[in-house]
Amino acid sequence: MTAELRADNLHLWRGEQHVLRGVGFTATAGRCLLVTGRNGAGKTSLLRTVAGILQPEEGCVFWRGEVTGVDRRRFQSEMCYLGHDAPLKGDLSGAENLHFGVGIRRRFSADELHAALARTLATDFADRPVRTLSAGQRRRIALAGVLLTAATLWLLDEPTTNLDASGQELVTALIDAHLASGGIAVAAIHHPLALDARVTTRLELT
Amino acid sequence: MNWTWFHRLGSPPYIFKLAGTLTPWFAWLAAVAIAYGLVGGVGLAPADYQQKDAFRIIYVHAPSAWLSLMIYTTMAVSAAIGLIWRIKVSHALAAACAPIGAWFTVAALGTGMLWGKPMWGAYWAWDPRLTAELVLLFLYMGYMGLRAGIEDTQRADRASAVLAIVGVINVPIVKYSVEWWNSLHQSASVMKLGKPTIVPEMLIPLLVMFVGFTLLFFALVLVRLRAEILRRERTASWIREVLAA
Amino acid sequence: MTQAASPWQAARLVVERDLRLAFRRPAQLVQPILFFLIVTTLFPLALSPELSRLRDVAPGVLWVAALLSSLLALEFLFRDDAHDGTLEQFVLSGQSLTWLLFAKTFSHWLLTGLPLAIVAPVSAGALGVDFASMPGVIASLGIGSFALSLIGAIGAGLTLGVQRGGVLLSLLTLPLAVPILIFGARATELAIKNEPYGAPLYLLAAVAVLGLTLAPLGAAAAVRIGLE
Repeated sequence: MTAELRADNLHLWRGEQHVLRGVGFTATAGRCLLVTGRNGAGKTSLLRTVAGILQPEEGCVFWRGEVTGVDRRRFQSEMCYLGHDAPLKGDLSGAENLHFGVGIRRRFSADELHAALARTLATDFADRPVRTLSAGQRRRIALAGVLLTAATLWLLDEPTTNLDASGQELVTALIDAHLASGGIAVAAIHHPLALDARVTTRLELT
Repeated sequence: MNWTWFHRLGSPPYIFKLAGTLTPWFAWLAAVAIAYGLVGGVGLAPADYQQKDAFRIIYVHAPSAWLSLMIYTTMAVSAAIGLIWRIKVSHALAAACAPIGAWFTVAALGTGMLWGKPMWGAYWAWDPRLTAELVLLFLYMGYMGLRAGIEDTQRADRASAVLAIVGVINVPIVKYSVEWWNSLHQSASVMKLGKPTIVPEMLIPLLVMFVGFTLLFFALVLVRLRAEILRRERTASWIREVLAA
Repeated sequence: MTQAASPWQAARLVVERDLRLAFRRPAQLVQPILFFLIVTTLFPLALSPELSRLRDVAPGVLWVAALLSSLLALEFLFRDDAHDGTLEQFVLSGQSLTWLLFAKTFSHWLLTGLPLAIVAPVSAGALGVDFASMPGVIASLGIGSFALSLIGAIGAGLTLGVQRGGVLLSLLTLPLAVPILIFGARATELAIKNEPYGAPLYLLAAVAVLGLTLAPLGAAAAVRIGLE
């Protein structure tokens, strides 16, 4: 079945808070879902629920027409989740981090790794220990990791955090390219992303 | 088959009411049974040939020990049901069981020590059953400690459920290993809390005590379960209706 | 289409990453070993300098010291990975979480339990154990520390995110570790007395195998709950 992400009547409680109240959406290939809402509205919780880290009390997430809960690992192998803080080990270099981090998901060649780093303009500092890098540099390494997963579905939690103007343009360009090749993106954002309105759908969480 | 009654068991308001109705019944039956057992065992039954009157502690020790184990199993099964089928009441039941089980374990240990004094001349000995009972107490304390350490009730429920299941698998292993260890180091004096030779006048009060203690557990756990449900559902609307009535 | 990594590849990468990270901070590597050596030194000071007396208590001393150092080290099994999101990526990797956590536990044992077993003869010698007994000492502590890492992974997963969870981790793990202690210490004791120690060693290995099959499942369940 073609790539399609659908959520149906998601209800989620965090402690005593009813965070997601009947959230539903559809995102087809080549489209980006932008999730907006104030702090605490549940953007991160929604992304984590779609990813399968959180279990909703009610409702389902469908990927390619099938409930993701049934074969969770297959769904997760086609999906990439980038949270607020990129999972990078300070003592390893950026390249090493990607080698291990993405390596447990898929095989890739050294060329692919370098190509991904070049795409996010991270080549210059990819061999230095991550703890010596600035927050913006780390985010570029993390974005290279997203590219390297070659996943069809991108779940991005505030992808432009810590990035300057050129960095934000980079994120927009990466998402554009991803959508153009038939991928799907769900991004939780605070600041607007300059994506083509024809390919985006907005979901406001209250 | 009509499964409505089964589904209702998962509903907090229903269980809350049911527990409230059943508790006095269990409590009174328990009181009667325990009274009979104590009078029959401690008062009327003949003294044991070897242990004389000291054996009478078995009327409290044996039921306590058995209950400590039974409650742990109940706790683990209830937690497992709550984890697998995501039933809140099941988790509440597991939480309610834990302190009661811990206290029965303390009672078993305490009565074991009281029995030990006339039997071995010392309050404590590393008898296999006492040692295994002590480890069981630590398992209970670990469970309660984990629950207390996690703030979010749902996470605490599920984490402690995993712990209870792991613990229940471990209990037979611990028992076996402790008995094996103890048999290697058996000293000359009679270390075991041996059962006296049982005649019916001794046995029947003992069985009644088992029943009585079990009924007591039911009564206690239902009271605690109501309190747990109250605490967990305190923001729900049905609580206000019930309390207003 | 992308080619997924095989489970063996993924496990190898997990172990390699942990080893590489550990060797970049060698000072931290030796700490559990040092702790073990110091604790075993305390016993002669607290008991008696007579080697014959020490040899009697040596199995207990070695095992309690090994248990305590392992418990200290267990705190760090998942902690760093949980903090920086690596553990979450394990859950989302499309690989079996049970398998990845087993790989992590294995690398943890390679870095803490195995060195402990290898260093133990030094302490054992200081407690009056003679040279011929050392293989038995190493074998029992080696298998025992492996079983302990497996069981401890469950507690480590359960206490993720608990404030000052270190002591709670010990409280949870110790009752579960009683069989390991009993069989392991007995094996060590027989080895020290130069008697055949096969029986308890097999029982210890059986517990380890049981832990091998069941504990990673428990750890995976615990980690999933902890990440919510």
